[in-house]
Amino acid sequence: MSVDMSLRIAGVKWKNPVTVASGTFGSGMEFADFVDLNTLGAVTTKGVASKPWAGNDTIRVAETASGMLNAIGLQNPGIDTFLERDLVFLEKYDTVKIVNIVGKSIEEYVDVAKQLNDTSVDMLEVNISCPNVKEGGIAFGQDPSAAAEVTKAVKEVTDKPVIMKLSPNVTSIAVMAKAVEEAGADAISLINTLTGMKIDINRRDFVLANKTGGLSGPAIKPVAVRMVYEASHAVEIPVIGMGGIASGADAIEFLLAGASAVSVGTANFKNPCVTAEIIKDINDYLERNGFESVRDIIGIV
Amino acid sequence: MIYREKVSVIGNIQLTDDIFDLNVKTKDIAKAVIPGQFINLYSSDESRLLPRPISVCEATGDTVRLVYRVVGEGTKEFSTLKSGDEIFVTGPVGNGYDVAFINDNFKSAVLFGGGAGIPPMIELAKRLTIETNVFLGYRDVLFLNEDFPESATVHIATEDGSCGTKGNVMDALAQSKITPEIICACGPMPMLRAIKKYAQENNIKAYFSLEERMACGVGACLGCVCKTVKTDEHSKVENARVCVDGPVFDAEEVKI
Repeated sequence: MSVDMSLRIAGVKWKNPVTVASGTFGSGMEFADFVDLNTLGAVTTKGVASKPWAGNDTIRVAETASGMLNAIGLQNPGIDTFLERDLVFLEKYDTVKIVNIVGKSIEEYVDVAKQLNDTSVDMLEVNISCPNVKEGGIAFGQDPSAAAEVTKAVKEVTDKPVIMKLSPNVTSIAVMAKAVEEAGADAISLINTLTGMKIDINRRDFVLANKTGGLSGPAIKPVAVRMVYEASHAVEIPVIGMGGIASGADAIEFLLAGASAVSVGTANFKNPCVTAEIIKDINDYLERNGFESVRDIIGIV
Repeated sequence: MIYREKVSVIGNIQLTDDIFDLNVKTKDIAKAVIPGQFINLYSSDESRLLPRPISVCEATGDTVRLVYRVVGEGTKEFSTLKSGDEIFVTGPVGNGYDVAFINDNFKSAVLFGGGAGIPPMIELAKRLTIETNVFLGYRDVLFLNEDFPESATVHIATEDGSCGTKGNVMDALAQSKITPEIICACGPMPMLRAIKKYAQENNIKAYFSLEERMACGVGACLGCVCKTVKTDEHSKVENARVCVDGPVFDAEEVKI
């Protein structure tokens, strides 16, 4: 490999710009049969709360044209199990460990962040954008001052770089991005899912038990590219781009739009080996086009 | 271990209006199959993102037989597969039935299959070495009833009474006068609920293969959970993943 795929996000060195989107990859365990986790730039875990969360009723998932809706409701086993089981598993791999944290109140975000501070975790991603839980999640993600408040509170208790994960379900992504940057965020990641709905015309009822769910997959990619472009022009901190990335070409689009790194989400369901293919394809593109480093294409359009 | 393979289609024939019989040649999957496990089939259409989980009907040599109902665009696409076509799959997925436990601890077993839940009962019946009675429930048109091993006695129930007992599998069981020692069942939820009630009232051990809408199909996304009586060891809440913690559950341990 003559191309330099490495980069730094908030001071943390990644071997390449590819991670996975929270919630689509567990803590990596379920994908270890398909992907050598050592080859990923980072693994981003499913959201972790201070206590176990049961999530929503089923049906939780539905396919849509070039996309899917989910309303899992942030089911997770809680921080204790995460530390004892998931983190111990991830420590076996040479990859950046990003833990996505969730809370129903600022105190809960702070509690999880504190418990992760003296661990091997490399970065925190704060989820203020889940559309599927009533309290927490999106409640902090649609109001710039609430988003800033969570950012400040988490930054105060952690030494780890903090990535704020933003929702696309806002009027101005630039305003949200600036709000969390000013509050001390080290990076931002976007987009989380777009709120959607699917109705079963034969049952004449909502498909999802939660009625609404988060839309992901290639269907949302143009929206995501536009928002990554807008956000990266609004702030100085790095942007991790995601939303419908299913190929190397998709990932390159995000990098050109201004993302310093990318996350692959729903595409892992279509092809559990897709992350490795995307890393290879980015490398090949750079080589073919005479770029020495992946850093040379970030935000150049 | 869950394998991802590009498998080639050996045959794909129509059994009834909406039931198809697909045979694929695998590298490692067939040899690893436990009855009750399933295979994820991936659409070749880029706009259909989610794999379709289909239970294994039979695993013989390197061949996996999948008998499935066409219920939507994804399964409709699979119904058009021809010999020589290739398709991506992952599998085998799930826990499957504990065949050794059943063979070692019981003298006889009763299997129930309803509609699209019939296929996994064939591989299970093939592996059981104890007396086996199989009760199959159909709306009207029969399929797979002649594919069970000779060691198993097949009883049929049809809703319209065109064959066997008129009614459901419980009616056929009553007519047979058989008292199950252990039950294994796969089929629609009303059938499983009736079997669970019967098993509880008569203090009979029962195992169910459950179905739920799935997304990743490999245990990561938590889309396909079922409610459990006790706190699940993996999730730490009263929810278990149907795909990898199931699809086979002790009837006493799940709320259906």
